[in-house]
Amino acid sequence: MSDIAERVKKIVVDHLGVEESKVVENASFIDDLGADSLDTVELVMAFEEEFGVEIPDDAAEKILSVKDAIDFIKANAPA
Amino acid sequence: MRRVVVTGLGLVTPLGVGHTVNWERLIAGQSGIRAITGFETSDLASKVAGQVPRGTGDGDFNADSFVPPKDQRKMDDFILYAIAAAQEAIRDSGWTPQTDEERERTGVMVGSGIGGLPGIADGAVTLHEKGPRRLSPFFIPACLINLASGHISIQHGFKGPNHSVVTACSTGAHAIGDAARLIMWDDADVMVAGGTEAAVSRLGVAGFAAMRALSTNFNDTPEKASRPYDKDRDGFVIGEGSGVVVLEELEHAKKRGATIYAEIVGYGLSGDAHHISAPAEDGNGGFRAMSGALKRAGLTPADIDYVNAHGTSTPLGDEIELGAVKRLFGTAMDKLAMSSTKSAIGHLLGAAGAVEAIYSIKSINHGIVPPTLNLENPSESCQGVNLVAKVAQERRVRAALSNSFGFGGTNASLVFKEFA
Repeated sequence: MSDIAERVKKIVVDHLGVEESKVVENASFIDDLGADSLDTVELVMAFEEEFGVEIPDDAAEKILSVKDAIDFIKANAPA
Repeated sequence: MRRVVVTGLGLVTPLGVGHTVNWERLIAGQSGIRAITGFETSDLASKVAGQVPRGTGDGDFNADSFVPPKDQRKMDDFILYAIAAAQEAIRDSGWTPQTDEERERTGVMVGSGIGGLPGIADGAVTLHEKGPRRLSPFFIPACLINLASGHISIQHGFKGPNHSVVTACSTGAHAIGDAARLIMWDDADVMVAGGTEAAVSRLGVAGFAAMRALSTNFNDTPEKASRPYDKDRDGFVIGEGSGVVVLEELEHAKKRGATIYAEIVGYGLSGDAHHISAPAEDGNGGFRAMSGALKRAGLTPADIDYVNAHGTSTPLGDEIELGAVKRLFGTAMDKLAMSSTKSAIGHLLGAAGAVEAIYSIKSINHGIVPPTLNLENPSESCQGVNLVAKVAQERRVRAALSNSFGFGGTNASLVFKEFA
């Protein structure tokens, strides 16, 4: 599970086209990384695909930062 | 009425990217028609198309030059081509609005005949195979036709009229004509106008093939497939790309010392009220679009030196258009040059009218009329008509008329005049 953070960060870098150094754990997708609401929907889809996890809409709404995503996946991804 | 001139040109076509490259290749008699690449064609009746050359060589289309890679998946190719053509046209015009008022007086009207057909096809497959939760949030905005105009306005900050035309193969001509009228009516001072299309996909080719509209006899010799007015023509060749012009109110252009390529003096529109895809036999729709454009221009047929024909290389359509041109021009046919540049690039559908408008303008600027390629055995009705067979001709073009006719029986003609 140790690579979850790295895999999440890589998805964020690829989808938002931002520099790796900016994708720190506390970075907010919208406020810090320039995402819009559609980008965040697509990010969640990418997390679902990468980690084989389903993220319901009410949970997705609370995934606002890199840390939120890592925490959700650590708690919910199949081992 | 306010006068409108053309101050910027932008092209993405099967002959390449850029209006200068396009013109050089067009008048050299080069063809952009090739065997289709990018998808399976073994079970398709037509295996040739005019596809935009991709790569990093001279005149090649490199998407990264126009849109950051991360944003490319948010748009179908028809939007990408429009963005690229608009960037060239706007740069070419030198128009960079500085104030809010200038931005609010600059609008965009770029249409498409079909829009994001490849994206819709992919989206339907995703829905079917993986379910609704796997559909991208960018699926809809990537396919919507007016998002070409939307993206252009966002990139350049143009806050004037934002509009989009959808009239099948007349789209590009209608967009330029209607945008010019917005300037004439003082709704804007500058309009970025044109058409775009990227429907060379399995679904697009299969769909037109189902109508028996495409050429099928030249799959082994793609460059010969588009042959308007030739006895062996057997349907159109599908193409893709975009043509965009910057239209500007005359005094606005003069005041900033802009290069003026031509004045748009005529625009005529009509409907056939006849059939969903076949043109009316009497050619009356095209005749009325052309005569309406001439009337608006205050010109007679004898003032027109070049007609860029709709000329799709379908036996029925070519003959009907030629009949209408003969009827309108009468004795002025003797001095008229008429050609179909679809012979070199195929039929760009919603982009065709805009691309061909630009070729018409360049014929005025350069004093050269582009050829009708592959015209080896003209049909009988072509006798005595100068269709500029195979080789470009040098001649002064005082004014040029460009025809576009679309499915549903929608017709548009534009007239451009040299600006002295």
